[in-house]
Amino acid sequence: MDLLIQQVLGGLATGGIYACLALAVVMIYQAIDHFNFAQGEMATFSTFVCWQLIFWGMDYWLAFALTLILSFVAGVVIERVVFKPIHDAPVMSHVIVFIALFSVFNSVSGFIWDFTIKEMPSPFPKEPLFGNTYIGMHETGMVFVTVIMLCLIFAFFRYTKIGLAMRAAAANPDSARLVGVNVGWMLALGWGLAAAVGAVGGIMIAPMVFLDPNMMLGILLYGFAGAVVGGLTSPGGAVVGGFMVGVIENLMGTFVPFIGTQLKLSVALLLIVIVLLVRPAGLFGRVVVSRV
Amino acid sequence: MALLEVKDLEAYYGQTKALHGVTFELEEGGITTILGANGAGKTTTLRALCAMVRTNGSMLYDGGHLDGKSTEAVAALSIAHVPEGRGTFVRETTEENLTLGAYTRSDKAGVKEDMDRVFSYFPRLHERRNQQAGTLSGGEQQMLAVGRAMMMRPRLMLLDEPSFGLAPMLVKELFDILRAINESEKVSMLIVEQNANLALGLADHAYLLETGRVVLSGTSEEIRSDESVRESYLGY
Repeated sequence: MDLLIQQVLGGLATGGIYACLALAVVMIYQAIDHFNFAQGEMATFSTFVCWQLIFWGMDYWLAFALTLILSFVAGVVIERVVFKPIHDAPVMSHVIVFIALFSVFNSVSGFIWDFTIKEMPSPFPKEPLFGNTYIGMHETGMVFVTVIMLCLIFAFFRYTKIGLAMRAAAANPDSARLVGVNVGWMLALGWGLAAAVGAVGGIMIAPMVFLDPNMMLGILLYGFAGAVVGGLTSPGGAVVGGFMVGVIENLMGTFVPFIGTQLKLSVALLLIVIVLLVRPAGLFGRVVVSRV
Repeated sequence: MALLEVKDLEAYYGQTKALHGVTFELEEGGITTILGANGAGKTTTLRALCAMVRTNGSMLYDGGHLDGKSTEAVAALSIAHVPEGRGTFVRETTEENLTLGAYTRSDKAGVKEDMDRVFSYFPRLHERRNQQAGTLSGGEQQMLAVGRAMMMRPRLMLLDEPSFGLAPMLVKELFDILRAINESEKVSMLIVEQNANLALGLADHAYLLETGRVVLSGTSEEIRSDESVRESYLGY
């Protein structure tokens, strides 16, 4: 029983990481109808920027806020400069550009900050919540931050005029223009927000897995798994999906004898496949019905 | 001065020229229809007004130039386009689709009033307001498209084949509503239709397009009694 609780809570902790990333993936998907493969690398770059600011003596939360703003601006600029010209190009062109961005960010991070691991401070106190031994304070804090971010994003897309306009611009740009929405700027805004969400994810994750340019490589796949399991049209679903992937991965690794730590990643991949076979829209995704 | 004055309009899809100098006008408060067979350039004309294709020539709306403006800027001038195929936001709910129609407006009270008005014209939409718009039937989506246009509180409504794919009873219902909108809300309308009989019953003026050129124009009565039109388009 004790082991079960420990593994579940541990799963929630790592799940928090995946949930953060899954949220960024869903954000960008909602905004531009594509997966951004470079999401993880952009988040890593943002985390390095934050680390650098703190290293130079800036207060943690000030550095955090400044990094978010810089990430948002960078996201907007990338969309306007890199993606606007290829807007009407086929999907493959977009995929190639995403991969290129991935390489560029990864290399530039390594070039500026080299590949030795760095320690990223945690803003949360060291004392575990209620003195428990199952889940550390940082993990708990991270789960809270993720949930708060989720609520803000959910409210943004559901209840604000701009959130609705962004969804419309992504889903049907022609119709969106006909009602007066400036589709170009909606896309740029979506990119900015996704970059900012990714940055929060990276800053929260780094204290747990240590900061180096390849930090997100392993995690991105779990993030995608979380987003797919939860449903790409649902930010809440993505977060739940992320937590689920974390818990399932941990439980399977502990209680199913042949999986252990080596096959844990395979569990994530298998999960993606099963969900896509059984319920492609994800657990909480809206099943899109188009009548001809 | 007419509300809409179009002179020598040319339009291109890439290198292909689809309109070869089209001239027409629309008086404020009037309903004009553009008739013609498939491929005549009717949809292209509406698209040209909304900057969805490359154009040459002059398009004057309320005295100001439409040419050179972006699609969203044209919408901001209170021109609502109900596109071919309805252009429904399928993932969003019915109500969200209507809300989007009012995107360019900032008067919250007026928007609420108009939403209620749309629901009173189209009770079926009210029933399905929280349903995903993609699950609505063809007829309901057409009503939704017209409702979305009404949410803009437009001065000019452009309708592209509103009868397409609809059962006859529904079409009659829809056209009666369009007449009501024109009379009570004072919305000018430019309607593109393949169903000439139907369109001539609603409109006061008509233009006949053939391969990108205006070949005939006049009041609905004149067009309806024209021999060649009767034979080619009205079937008697």
